[in-house]
Amino acid sequence: MVLPIDYPTLRVIWWGLLGVLLIGFALTDGFDMGVAALLPFVARTEDERRATINTIGATWEGNQVWFILGGGAIFAAWPFVYAVSFSGFYLAMFVVLAAMILRPVGFKYRSKRPNPLWRAFWDWALFTGGFVPVLVFGVAVGNVLQGAPFRLDGDLRSTYTGSFLGLFTPFTLISGLLSVSMLVLHGACWLGVKAERGPIVDRARRFGSIAGLASLVLFAVGGLIVAKGHLGFRLEGVIDPAGPSNPMRALTVSAPGAWLDNYGRYPVMLLAPTLGFVGAVVALLGLWRRSEPLALAGSSTSTAGVIATVGLSMFPFILPSSIDPGSSLTVWNASSSQLTLFVMLIATAIFLPIILLYTAWVYRVLWGRTSTAALRTNPDLY
Amino acid sequence: MDSIVIDLSRLQFALTALYHFLFVPLTIGLSVLLLIMESIYVMTGRPIWRTTTRFWGTLFGINFVLGVATGITMEFQFGMNWSYYSHYVGDIFGAPLAIEGLMAFFLEATFVGLMFFGWGKLSKGGHLFSTAMVALGTNLSALWILVANGWMQNPVGAAFNPDTMRMEVVDFEAVLFNPVAQAKFVHTVSAGYVIASLFVLGVSSFYLLKGRWQGVAKRSFVVAAAFGLAASLSAVVLGDESGYALTDNQKMKLAALEAMWRTEPAPAGLTAFGIPSVADRKTHFEVKIPFVLGLIATRSVNKPVEGIFELVAVAQDRIESGVQAYDALQAVKANPKDPVARGRFELHSRDLGYGLLLKRYVADPRQASPAQISRAAWDTVPNVPVMFWLFRVMAGVGFAMIALFAGAFVLATRRNFDVRWFLWIAVLAMPLPWIATESGWALSEIGRQPWAVEGVLPTFLGASSLSVAQLLTTIVVFTLFYGALAVVEVGLILRTIKKGPFAEQDLFGPHTDSVAEPARASL
Repeated sequence: MVLPIDYPTLRVIWWGLLGVLLIGFALTDGFDMGVAALLPFVARTEDERRATINTIGATWEGNQVWFILGGGAIFAAWPFVYAVSFSGFYLAMFVVLAAMILRPVGFKYRSKRPNPLWRAFWDWALFTGGFVPVLVFGVAVGNVLQGAPFRLDGDLRSTYTGSFLGLFTPFTLISGLLSVSMLVLHGACWLGVKAERGPIVDRARRFGSIAGLASLVLFAVGGLIVAKGHLGFRLEGVIDPAGPSNPMRALTVSAPGAWLDNYGRYPVMLLAPTLGFVGAVVALLGLWRRSEPLALAGSSTSTAGVIATVGLSMFPFILPSSIDPGSSLTVWNASSSQLTLFVMLIATAIFLPIILLYTAWVYRVLWGRTSTAALRTNPDLY
Repeated sequence: MDSIVIDLSRLQFALTALYHFLFVPLTIGLSVLLLIMESIYVMTGRPIWRTTTRFWGTLFGINFVLGVATGITMEFQFGMNWSYYSHYVGDIFGAPLAIEGLMAFFLEATFVGLMFFGWGKLSKGGHLFSTAMVALGTNLSALWILVANGWMQNPVGAAFNPDTMRMEVVDFEAVLFNPVAQAKFVHTVSAGYVIASLFVLGVSSFYLLKGRWQGVAKRSFVVAAAFGLAASLSAVVLGDESGYALTDNQKMKLAALEAMWRTEPAPAGLTAFGIPSVADRKTHFEVKIPFVLGLIATRSVNKPVEGIFELVAVAQDRIESGVQAYDALQAVKANPKDPVARGRFELHSRDLGYGLLLKRYVADPRQASPAQISRAAWDTVPNVPVMFWLFRVMAGVGFAMIALFAGAFVLATRRNFDVRWFLWIAVLAMPLPWIATESGWALSEIGRQPWAVEGVLPTFLGASSLSVAQLLTTIVVFTLFYGALAVVEVGLILRTIKKGPFAEQDLFGPHTDSVAEPARASL
């Protein structure tokens, strides 16, 4: 069957869609996690905690689907990446799952009993469900930039030789902390638009300012390490973008500084890191000037810019192997078949706009700040 | 690969999937019951139906979150624990999972927020629409996950690609309209409706026995009785045996759950009772009902239902052909441009999976002895006694459910809610459909063994290269964690049932439209 879109184009589109999904996840579930991570700090009384939780209470569930869909879409479009990364980062992934399981139950179960100990327990469960995954995601991205210690055998079975503690290096920790500060900033900005003006928003502004400054510093330091450190890989030999998805047919070399290659070739890509910085500055300005929508726009831009920076720096790599030059996963060798990519693109083109449409409608229905007064009159609130 | 790693990986998958599957069927069924109840509210405008809907909605919510929470694990576990499987069939298997997210999960998860928080913000119709979208989303998610599972049972529309060393889609329509998947969808969703109906019926019966909240209880009883009767009939009559005549493994599954060792002349009889013995390869003390199995399995009176011995002989032939495929594949790997080797591979590629079965005994299937081939052929027989008894438990509960809901339906049509012994049966029977659905899951997945994907990839080749320590860590933590969540969940459900449908009035004072329980109000 001849498909209307050629294989290399489909691969690049799906690489882009992977970025769209990650950014969608970070922008929506990101503020849920940021708010959850801020919960013990911005809310001091039971009413404040309930008010804080209810800023995300009705929408976190839909937002979390970005995470689930991310898993499904990587499976469908990049089965190699799905197979190698999740089995390789096994225990880290397990920690993420365990922490994320705490969220649905935390939201729902917390309000079911008035006992303060019960509620305090679920408060910390929600904090864990926000903070831990965000930290681990950042550390994971750091590891992807470093390259992961895995190799494929002749049957393309993957073996991972690293350990759980080996995931934590100075660079990956910086990456993890950047992820935390970026999404805490985003969560603080969300509280700014969604919580009732008062002590919660004031505290969120303070923590958000610290997180925003930290984001700027960590993003700069991370960039410096990428430029001057020992990171980076290059593909060698003839590359066939339409070739079969078989990583063994390409060779990779470790090349310090290679993650900057793309910016030299296509200077327009510098837009991504620029947005990463500018967005954070705008968010800080918004927080300081009490212009909450501006702050949220800034934190969203910054988050999207930082994630795009990682993807663009590595293109065409998705998951380089640090120990075997014949195992690195790239856009050209780790995708599904052309037919699957095409069918999935059709499905995405139909359903993604519909999803965005009804999600927007739901946010409109639920528009407005959650007031403390409503906690006493509305039996539906958590 | 280490066989302990395989066994632990299977154990973890079974634990997490069976646990997930405790909550999901109730979600699927309750979402539809909520839609029915709320529709009645919108049509009649009677506040009691609003109270009824909101009450079951509260229980739905407690159950729903645990389904969501445990579903997070399922989405990633293929990659974590079944890495080679994910690579080998991801080109086909990943797509329904992704479409499930796009089409179903977003729908249910986005609208469930409005369903819970939108009562005061939406019109009646707007809220009903949200409830309908939640029901649609949960049911669609069942469709897509069963398209994925159906493909593991009957891998249509795909072929092995020697260049990428994996299965790839050749016909998407075939994957989508896989008859095994369709049969499974109807059967599984019906079973979910039965679980939810009995949940509602049982709790309502409990209220009727205690003389509490009769207005809500009677109305819920009636809805559950009618819906449950239709659902239990559908679950039993449209069982997924309809797909069992299709492939060698499906035939083997049928032969195993019937403990039918030898092919019988058509139409085959159904074994009502017997003691299957693996050692003797025969079933003792058989009691047979003539013709019935042939009718169910082949939908005909003249087609035979094949027995285990005959199917093992077929498997042995396919293993021998699979060795040819494996040999040709090695030649293709050495020289991808060799047309002779490619031609030979095409000829036997359908049986490659059977050749791989030998990897349990020899690293290179080409070195296998005739004895090893024979052992591998007998490996294609799943655990017969386990299958035999699981099936009887599941089917037995199915028939009991039809009887129970028929009784409830008769009582409901006569407006007779005082038959105490029947109400007690309805309360005590509540765990039964869960036993049936868990048995059904086990039947389906144990029956698929030794395959992860029937005829394509043996289970023991699919696992990730993990260490025993890693697996033990996750199994122990999952077990403790899930166990604790189950205790909390059951506690909260009992608490909510005890508080009853008017609990929120204690907290917030009388609601304008549910002031008093209008016990005399008719439907």
